[in-house]
This record gives sequence, C-alpha cells and structure tokens, in this order.
Amino acid sequence: MNAATETAVAGETAGREVLLKVENVSLSFGGVRAITNISFDIQKGEIRAIIGPNGAGKTSMLNVINGFYHPQEGVITFKGEARSKMRPYEAASQGIARTFQNVALFKGMSTLDNIMSGRTLLMKRHFFWHLFHYGPARREEIEHRRKVEEIIDFLEIQHIRRAPVGRLPYGLQKRVELGRALAMEPELLLLDEPMAGMNLEEKEDMSRFILDVNSQFGTTIALIEHDMGVVMDLSDRVVVLDYGKKIADGTPEEVQANQDVIDAYLGVSH
Amino acid sequence: MDLLLNIFVNPFVQMVDMPDFFIQVLWEGIVGGILYALIALGFVLIFKASGVFNFAQGIMVVFAALTLVGLYEKGVPAILALLLAVGVMALLAICVERFVMRPLVNQPEIILLMATIGLTYFLIGFGEFIFGGEPKVMIASELGLPSGSVVLEPEGWGPGGSPGLISLQKIDIAAAVIAAIMIGALAVFFNKTRIGRALRAVADDHQAALSVGISLNQIWAIVWFAAGVVALVTGIMWGARSDVSFALEIIALKALPVLILGGFTSIPGAIVGGLIIGIGEKVGEIYWGPLVGGGIESWLAYGIALVFLVFRPQGLFGEKIIERV
Repeated sequence: MNAATETAVAGETAGREVLLKVENVSLSFGGVRAITNISFDIQKGEIRAIIGPNGAGKTSMLNVINGFYHPQEGVITFKGEARSKMRPYEAASQGIARTFQNVALFKGMSTLDNIMSGRTLLMKRHFFWHLFHYGPARREEIEHRRKVEEIIDFLEIQHIRRAPVGRLPYGLQKRVELGRALAMEPELLLLDEPMAGMNLEEKEDMSRFILDVNSQFGTTIALIEHDMGVVMDLSDRVVVLDYGKKIADGTPEEVQANQDVIDAYLGVSH
Repeated sequence: MDLLLNIFVNPFVQMVDMPDFFIQVLWEGIVGGILYALIALGFVLIFKASGVFNFAQGIMVVFAALTLVGLYEKGVPAILALLLAVGVMALLAICVERFVMRPLVNQPEIILLMATIGLTYFLIGFGEFIFGGEPKVMIASELGLPSGSVVLEPEGWGPGGSPGLISLQKIDIAAAVIAAIMIGALAVFFNKTRIGRALRAVADDHQAALSVGISLNQIWAIVWFAAGVVALVTGIMWGARSDVSFALEIIALKALPVLILGGFTSIPGAIVGGLIIGIGEKVGEIYWGPLVGGGIESWLAYGIALVFLVFRPQGLFGEKIIERV
C-alpha cells in the first residue's frame, strides 16, 4: 500500500476517536506464523471489515483482540489502556463482545437463556444471593429479563423465545448469537463471518441488523466477511490480510482498486 | 422345564404370595438406589461442567464424613462440626480448582482423569494422617437424624392372608426425604439462577462461555464445592447405615454402572439409574439369586451396565456423542 492512500484515509477519518489500536502484533503457533507484524486501528462508531483469503489470519486476529490467543509481540490498546495481551474475562468486562464463525451457542438452553447468559457480567449481585434465587437477586433477574426482551424484539425472534437453540435453523442460530453478544451491551462488537452459509434474504436481514446496531446503539463493529458485496456496502473502512500480513487498509473503494488485493484474491502468476 | 419355571414363573408367584416381603425388598432396593444416585450425582455435577470424570468423588464422600466425625470427636458440637465440614469442602474445592484444574486447563481429558486419581490417593493419605485409619461411627442422632424403625402391618398382606409385616428404618426415610430435597434444590439452582445458567453455559461451550465473560475458574470451584456438599450428605447417610471408613470408597464405584445407565451428563439420569440399579440388585438377589447360588448383588449392576454399553452407550438420558472424523 502506498503512502498517498494512507494519508488520504487518515485525513478523512481524523476527527474520530480511536477505540482499539493494534500495533506490530505477531502471533505464532510453534513454528507456524499466523500473524506477522500487523498494525491497524478501529475508530469509535465505525464498521470495520477485516477481509482476506482463507487462512489469512482474520480469525486469529479476532482471537487476539478478545484474548483467546496471546500474541508473542505487539501492543493492544483498548480505550486508551495498552496491554501486551488480553484475557477473555478482561476483554468481556471491558466491553468487547463477539460471535463465532461456526456458531458457538449453548445448545441445550433456550433462546432466552442464551441471551440472558450475555448479561452475566452486568448482574452485580453477589453470587451468594443467586444461590438462593431470592430477594435482590430475583429483582435483578427481572430487570435484566426486560432488557433481554428488548433485544429479542429488536432481532425479531419473539417466536423462538423458548425454543432450545440446538434445534433452530442455522440462520436463526446466528441471530441468537448476535443477540447474546448485544446483551452484553458492548462497546466493540466482533463478528466472525456473520453471514456465512446464509441465503440472500437472511443476509439482507443480518445486514440491516448490523447497520441498526451501529446507528441505534452506537456500537463499534469489526467484522470478518467473505461476501464482498456485503463488505463494500456495510463497512466504513477495510483492512486486508493475506498470509498473516496486512496488505491494504482504507475505504472500500481504495481497497477494491489496490493491486495487491486483486492479486491476493485472484492469484497472480509468478 | 423346571429351570424355565424357576426363572419366569416362580419368582412372580412368590411376590404375589407374600406382598409384604416384596414391598420390604423393594424398599431396601430404593434406599440403596438413592445412595447410589447421590454418589452418581456428585460425578455428574463435575462431568457436566468440566468434562472431567472425577475419580475422587468416592473418596470425597469418605473424607467429608471423616471430617465431620473427626471434628465431633475433638469436642466440636455436632451442628458446628457440620458447618465446619461444609467449610472444609469449600476449601477443598478452591484448592482443587487452583492447584489441579487451573494448571491443567486445555489438557486432554485423560490427563485430568489421572489428576483426579492422584487426588484420590492424596485424600486417602491425608485423611488417614489426620483422622487415623480406624472406622468411626457416624454421629447420626447427634445431628438430629431419627433412629429406630416404623413397622407397618397391612391387613392380609402376609402369607396366606395373614397380617403382613413391613419394617422401615427411620434413617432410611430421612435419607430419602433429604435426597429428594437436595435434588430439587439442585434442579432449581441449575435451571433458574445466574450461576446455574453459567454452569450450563460452560458445559455446552467453553469458548462461548469465556466470550460472554463467564469465569471458568469460579465456575469450577463452585461445581467442586457442590459436589463436595453432595459428598458430605452422602457420607452422613451412608455412614449412618454402616461405619465411616475408607472401605466406603469401594462402594462408591457402584456409581459407575449407575452413570452408564443414566448417562454421564444427566441429573435425572443419575437418579433413575441409581434406583434401577438399587432395586434391580436387591430384587434380583432375593428372587433369582438362589438359582445361581446367590451373590448376584455384587455383579448384577455391572452386567446391566455392560448390556447398556453395547446397545445404548449414551445411557438413558445422556447426550448422544457423535464424533466427526
């Protein structure tokens, strides 16, 4: 990527505050390098796409951000606090929520319970009270139920409220998973291929939800997606990875025009 | 012909002929089954939340009971000793989580199983060191548990229409009631509370549970504590029927066929499995035992388990395990 486009991007979005900054992060498993020296930032209120061919290190990147993987090198700055690594619990309590590439729901539980589990950290009463399910704990539970019902209405999944999620069709499972992440009231929402395996109609619904979450709740979103049409429509800025390295970063138009990106996707004869 | 008659006809004739005796046998079976179910319950709690088969559950029963009796013998009042024993189980849970589970997180299950075997021998040695190896008498009456028995004499239930005779130990009735209360409480806890939801979440998907901010360490400590309390109750009930000694640990292995029957992940499974094994072995011993010279009781449970392993390996209530290659 050349210097001209980088300054152009910087100029265009300069007014926004940086929510998360990844600097010189490298991650390897044994001798295999998954991510090499990647830096980028996510600004408050934007929709940031991370794209790249299979095996480019996109999911590894998300795992680094929410603390599943601990990078060997680099610094992650979230809300102004720099760390060499996150822990999942820390990330969750700091306001990072995520969904997974291959739906990770609690299959034995109902839609309602799945979404309620997203409120774990927001329930403040000491667990001692919850052992007895009595008094303050009970009131708290009811309060949170109200919030969860709002999310259910928002995602239009009222009809499957009580259904065990293991039996739901794939598209709805993805929606419940989004609901669970929203229940955490996150500042940063990481979506790992939110539309994988969906038909056109489901994709349109999901796109609408993502845009609404972004505009109504002001949630910052980072998403990995393979459907280029969706990426170009939804995102404010795109970072492109290939073989664990960053090859481009900019607005959708800039990235689309970038020769390295075209080569990475179409292959290039050497 | 005689053999077939003895297998398929005579036992039932005996049952109808002396209904009071049959009820008595059934009751013994139910009581035994409840105790098996309690031990199995301890296994299920830990297996559900962490996928670990806790080999030490049996010794935890002995250890909990020994702590209780040991404290009482040192002059601590019975109720205080009970509370302290609960405290010791909490401490044990925290230590197990901190020093066994946490360092071994993400290791293969077989490693964790080996760790619990290690824990078993540690607890045996530690228990003997502190409380000595002598069998002790459970302080049942000091804890307010009833003793003696209730005798029922239903009209016309004895042989040939004479009055029947059924004798129920009060301690057994208490065991049944306490077990029922505890199982009910666990069911509410699992299904209705935040912690219960977190427990089920961890059981379903570790990664997803982490991503919503559930702390695995806290959850593991809680399940080990719950299993410890179940162990204490089991120890009191079992100790009241025999003595409190390390021999109890062997009986705890009866929980294995119960688990295979009921399924490793199901609380109702542990209860139903326990009752089936308990009733099955008592009734089998009394009515069919003489055919093979007796002694059915000690192996019938394993026989049933073997049949289940062949035809329904996930048990009656367990989740079907499908492993993709």
